Formats: sequence, structure tokens, C-alpha cells
Amino acid sequence: MNFLKRQIVQAEQNSGSANLTRRTFLQAISASGGLLIGSGLMVGSAPINAADKTSVENSAPIFNAFLKITPDNKVTMVIKHLDMGQGVSTGLTSIVAEELDASWEQMAWEFAPADASRYNNLFWGPTQGTGGSSSIANSWMQLRQSGAAARAMLVAAAADEWKVPVEEIKVSKGIISHGDRSSGFGALVAKASLLPVPQNPKLKDPQDFQLIGKNIPRKDSNDKTNGQAIYTQDILLPGMLTALVAYPPQIFGKVKKFDATKAKASPGVVAVVEFPRGIAVVAENFWAAKKARVLLQVEWDLSACETRSSNELFNACHELASKPGNIVKAEGDAAATLANAEQVIQAKFELPYIAHAAIEPLNCVVKVEKNNCELWFGCQMPTVDQQQVAAATGVKPESVKINTLYAGGSFGRRACPSDYVVDAANIAKQVPGRAVKMVWTREDEILNGRYRPMAVHHIRAAVSPEGKIIAWQHHAVAQAILRGTPFEGMIQGPVDGTVAEGIDDMHYAVPNLLVQASEIPIKVSTLWWRSVGHSGNAFVVETFIDQLAQAAKKDPVIFRRELLAKEARALGVLNLAAEKSGWGKPLPKGVTRGVAVHKSFGTWVAQVAEVRVNPDKTFKVERVVCAVDCGVAVNPDVIRAQMEGGIGMGLSAALGEAITLNKGVVEQTNYHNYPLLRIAAMPRVEVHIVPSAEVPSGVGEPGLPPIAGAVANALFAATGKPLTKLPIGDKV
Amino acid sequence: MISLTINGKTHELDIDPDTPLLWALRDELNMTGTKLGCGMALCGACTVHMNGNPTRACSLPISAAAGAKIETIDGINSPAFQAVQQAWRELDVVQCGYCQSGQIMSATALLQTNKKPTDAEIDVAMSGNLCRCATYQRIRGAIHQAADNLGGKAK
Repeated sequence: MNFLKRQIVQAEQNSGSANLTRRTFLQAISASGGLLIGSGLMVGSAPINAADKTSVENSAPIFNAFLKITPDNKVTMVIKHLDMGQGVSTGLTSIVAEELDASWEQMAWEFAPADASRYNNLFWGPTQGTGGSSSIANSWMQLRQSGAAARAMLVAAAADEWKVPVEEIKVSKGIISHGDRSSGFGALVAKASLLPVPQNPKLKDPQDFQLIGKNIPRKDSNDKTNGQAIYTQDILLPGMLTALVAYPPQIFGKVKKFDATKAKASPGVVAVVEFPRGIAVVAENFWAAKKARVLLQVEWDLSACETRSSNELFNACHELASKPGNIVKAEGDAAATLANAEQVIQAKFELPYIAHAAIEPLNCVVKVEKNNCELWFGCQMPTVDQQQVAAATGVKPESVKINTLYAGGSFGRRACPSDYVVDAANIAKQVPGRAVKMVWTREDEILNGRYRPMAVHHIRAAVSPEGKIIAWQHHAVAQAILRGTPFEGMIQGPVDGTVAEGIDDMHYAVPNLLVQASEIPIKVSTLWWRSVGHSGNAFVVETFIDQLAQAAKKDPVIFRRELLAKEARALGVLNLAAEKSGWGKPLPKGVTRGVAVHKSFGTWVAQVAEVRVNPDKTFKVERVVCAVDCGVAVNPDVIRAQMEGGIGMGLSAALGEAITLNKGVVEQTNYHNYPLLRIAAMPRVEVHIVPSAEVPSGVGEPGLPPIAGAVANALFAATGKPLTKLPIGDKV
Repeated sequence: MISLTINGKTHELDIDPDTPLLWALRDELNMTGTKLGCGMALCGACTVHMNGNPTRACSLPISAAAGAKIETIDGINSPAFQAVQQAWRELDVVQCGYCQSGQIMSATALLQTNKKPTDAEIDVAMSGNLCRCATYQRIRGAIHQAADNLGGKAK
């Protein structure tokens, strides 16, 4: 994925930028807006002169004002990323707290406003946003520097006050001390903020870390266990109205004509408004809006909509896959090797569309006034949303204020331009001066899903008499994600990089490799779904590797070890997962193991699944052993949680999730026909983290890709029949 | 006018009697701890207790809740609830957290009737509550821990 390629380059740059320059700190000062005594003081908020300001504006931001310290010793982290469950409010806060030598208890946090000049994702250039498992990775040095600079200034303030050398002052758990004297941060902040800014704050030796690498509790557990956490759905504003939308029965449909007479007469209805994607009923509350919505009479123009069914779409994909595609990776001569090979293995794979289906249906609160606009929602792409809402409402982007709230899941869905946020703005601007909460029902959410693309893969590979892979020819066909969206500029080359993501960087040693990729245009809306192309491509590669292992008459772990001999981190997770799972040791009757290993977003993950197949061919995934190498483990328990969650969500998709079309119409509507994993199907999961001093990489997505392959390989071991289609269903 | 007893307090509501309890709680009484997920009693995000039994508020018209004792995450405070909440925090069960009100209400109802549930009993009692973040392993662990913490005190 293009994000990833950029991330790797930027991560390298980031890791080398430990030194804080005068200019970059001035950037922070400028951003802090001066002293904020009383409401919170941005450490480092010293005055700057006009000449400095010019240089600030010309410099690329490296870090900004991320922390406020108040006289009551509370330290508030400003979190530039959306916390949608992945734990960044804990992880990012702990990085600053570590370098600041704060106590974990005194740390609080709040979401940052929409302001790309201060809060951009360093891997994404001038864009504020969350995705690509980049939150910790892009913030790592930025926040260490931020915390270290603040600590140095507090220490300098104490040294000046107590007339002692800086070197003799200690800071531990929020207490600054020298001999018998000690102080909390709060009493020194006013003085610290006026002191010279350290140009090169000393970062801790990782051996001295007190919080990073430790199992510290999440910062969001309390609010999320007493009903008090505020999600978009929970915003209450004076005079707020609720909007429900009648959308066309197919994406890309339009309103031809409508009659709102009955709906308008329904109790509690304030307005019925048309906007580019549908008709909205705006009412005093949800139930009034829902009852009125069914009274709308709308005639739709579906001429731009898809007309084919899923089987026709798969056939079209297979037809394309059987022809040459765009070459995205070529090494050696795969075609010639295959033509002369003694043993050729081939397989054709099918992957369905799948939906995000987060439990909080999409929603957004917008209030539009003459020259400004304010939003409240779980905002994942503040810069993009700000621009799109500005375009929709005619308000300047800088006058679009976004209040970011907890998101009840996203998995990629809230990172979508020209979609629900713009719909909400288009509705609210027709009811100016009133806050409008647009709420999607589950049916709206499934119908207007932006699905993980369906895909077809054709692979042929040759195995030598010695049991080595000597050629691999692969054609991946899928609908593009970025094509036709505001992100289309990210596509490098002829094909959307998500089509062959995780294949074009083949980590197995194959001397003759040809990877081709083709986009297939389908009138269905697609989007990144947790781990994007990796979500399906890892299943394809990992199950095919087991087919080749069988052809080579080798154990799947031994076979992989040989092919990964030059990939130290891959071997690290593979060997750890094999060891902890007891790979090779006897299992109870009816139970088999399968393994898969995959890298995504810079993080390596290996998983071993134990699956029991019952006499009636039903099966149960009983245990999953997971090994992860994500560099420095900032918060091991959050990493474990993300692996557990990625495994559960990946298993959910592997077992039962599929969006299907009947003559272009999506057949699923709610959780009864789009079934998610329930508790009884959740296996025991054990997570083992490879100790590492490498720069941290993400964990939100990488736990997901291997699980489908690991389970399918266990079933292959049980039945001898390779699985090439998802979902697997409840029987083999 | 329909009278609802919620978290020990009586509310007189002059609204459409077919209004689901979920929307009476959220839009009329500003009790937003109980969540919308599916609107069809398929996901459990809206779970409340009606006379101690876990009930999906999205599909229960207020006319059917009149006279019953309703408890929600916003006000419930039984020993079982306290043990569940504490265990949820000790194990850091939550991820996005949106479904957790419903999970906690279902777990509390379970422990109010079964002091020492097995894994299989937990799976049955919690089968109506979806978690897209798949925090299920920790949910199971937290229910066991809450049961242990409660000892014989659950009721």
C-alpha cells in the first residue's frame, strides 16, 4: 500500500531525527499560542519574535505542542489521532509520560482539534489523520522529544529556583527533587515556560524506561465501563434535531422524484430535505424520524448502478485473471521455468466483498451557521473532512471546527471522503443554526457500505524435485479502492497498490517470481477494511504455501523456515509461534494445526491455529498462538489486545462474512444475514511478543491477515482438501 | 402517559407508546449509556435489565415496559455489577467500548443468577452480545474474575 511505502521512508527519517532544532521547537511555541495560565499551560510557550516566526512558517513541523500542565499537577496529552479502540489514548500518552518522568496517574488526555499545521500524521505529509497502523509509529520520536523538552525545562526551572546544578536534580513519577527539596510539575510550570528552550533534549536510555514496555492500565477503561464515554451517538446539544436518510436501494442511485407530504405531516418532523445522495427526514428525535422515513415516497434513478450478480462478477474476475495483467513484480523468468517444470501446482482463489459493520452505525453531528460550521463525531481524517465539509457548506476550511469523539469502531470505515460526513453537512446546511445529528441505522450502514473489494487470484508455481519453489506466477484481480476517490493521486503506476499488497513484496525466497495485478471496474463502493489488501492476500499466499509444502513433502513450518532463511524477523515470529504452540507435538484426535506468517504495516506476525473437526464436518477453532514483532513494545497489553481483536475479526470474516449482490442489489441488511463472530466461536488466544529495540511499528491491523490462512491450513491438514474460497462457512 | 421505573426512579412519559425503550432512554431521559447497534435485538448493545432479566431495549416498546423495574448501565449498582465493572477494568477488556454497556449488563444478569458460570454457560449467556473488536476472550476472563471476586455474595 502506498501509505506503507511512505511510512517506511518516513520512519527511517523519523528515527534519525532525534535532535530537536531551534526551528522545530519554535514551531511548537508558535502552535501553542502563548501562555495559557489557568486553563492549562503549554510547556514551551515562550514568546517569539517576528523574524523567528518567519522561519517557523517555512519549516517542516517535527513536533508541536502536545502537552498541557496545570497548577494541580495534571498533565494533559493532546492526542492527534482518533481512538477507535486501538488504544492510542493510552499508548501516545505513555510515550510523553515516559520522557517527562510523570506518574501514570497524573496523565490525562484529550483529542486534538482539526489542525494539520500542528497535528498532521508525520507519515502523511500535511494531513491529519489516523490509519495504516501508523499512530504510534509516526509519533514515537515526536512525542519522546516533546516529553523530554518539557522535562528539561521543568528541571531548569527547579535548578534556578533552588540555586542548584541541573545535573543534581532528579525527576521521578511527577516529582522533581534535590536533596530534601521537592516539587510537583504544577508549581514550576509558569517559570519553566519562560526559560530558554532546550535545543537538544536528552532522550532516555531505553533501559531506563518506566512505562514503555510495561503493562500500564488503559486510560479509557473507566469511561467505557460506566456508560459515560461519549460517542457521536451520545452527543446532546440544545435544540438538536435527528436526521434519518432515505438512501437509494443501490449505491450510486439518485433521486428521480419524491413526495414528502405524508412524511412532513408525521408528528415531530421539522423538515424533509433533499441532498445529492438521498432524502433526509429531520425530526425532533430518532423515533419520529424513523416513523416518518417510511412515509416518504421516492422514485429512484438507478441507471448508474451495478446490474450484475456476485457469480457474474466472479466470472468476470476469473476471465481477467486468465489473461496477462500489469506486472508489479518480476524476478527471473517464471514463465519459462514453469514451462519446463516437472511439478506445477495451480490454484484459483475467490474472496468476497466484506463490510466494516462496526457496532456504532455511522453518524455525525453538524451545526452550520452563516460563516462557520461545527462538527462532533468520531473523526478519523480531520484534514480531509474539514476540506470536504467546507466545500459542501461554503464555509472556509479554517472555520470548520471539528470536535473529535470516541468512535465505536471504525476498522477503516470512518476514513472515507465524500461520504457520511458530507451527507450530514449537506443536510444540516438546510436547517441552519440547528445542530443536526445524522444517524444511520444498521440497514443504512450495510446498504451504504464501502466494502473490502472482492478479488480473484490465479497462481501457478513449480516445485523442484528437491522440494524448493522454483517459480511463482500470480495474477491478482480486484476492484480498486482509491480509483475515482479524492485519494486517487496516491496510486503509483497503472494499478491500485492495494490489489497485490502483501504479494508484491513476497518475503518467501522464490527465484523466478512474476506478480501481475489488474483492476476490475465494478459499480460498488470500496474502501480500506482493517489491513486493506493484506486481509485477503495473506490468506491466498499462506494457503498456497501449504499446498506447495505438501507438494514438496515438507512440514509447513520447516518449509517456511527454508524459504525465510534471509528474513530474520519473519523467522523470529515463526519460530516463536511454533515453539509456543508445541508445533510437531501430538494433538488430541480430531485436532489439527495450521500456521501462517505475514508482514503488514512494518509488523511481522505468525499464528498457529488449532482446529477441531467434528464427525459431522463442523469445526471449531480452539486455540490460536500468535507471535508478533512490532519493534519496541510500547504497551504490551495493548499489543496483546490488538492481536486478540485482529484474530477475532479476521476469524469472523474467514468463517462467515460476505456481501453478495443479486442483480446489483446488496443482499445483506443486518447482523442476521451478515453474521459476525460471537463469543462461543472465539478461540483461546495466546500472544507472545518478540523482544526488540527496533523503532515501533503498528499493531492495529497486522494481527488480522494471518488468521484466515492459519485456520484454513489446519483444515487442509485435517481434510487433505485445500481451501481456496472465503468465507469458509461452518462445515468443511 | 406511560410510567417507567428506571434505576429506581419513576418517569412519566407522554410519548408514542410504540417508542422503543432505547429511544425513551436516550432521547427523552438523556440516558445515553445504552447504545443503538442494530435495532433488531441482534447485537445486544442496547441491553438493559427488565425485572432483572437482560432485555434488548431497541425492540421493546415502552408500553411493554410500563410497570416493570428497568435498570440501565447509567444507574445499576448491584454487587454483581460492581464486581463485573471492576473485573472489566482490571483486565482492560474494552477496545472501542461501544458494545461494552450491553456486555456488562448481560454479564451482570448472568452473575445475578449464576454465581460460578462455566465457559459454556458464559458463552450461552453472552451469545446475544456482539463485539466487533472481538474482546470476547477478555470478556470471558473478566466474568470468571468477577465471579471469583464476588465469592458467594452474588445474588
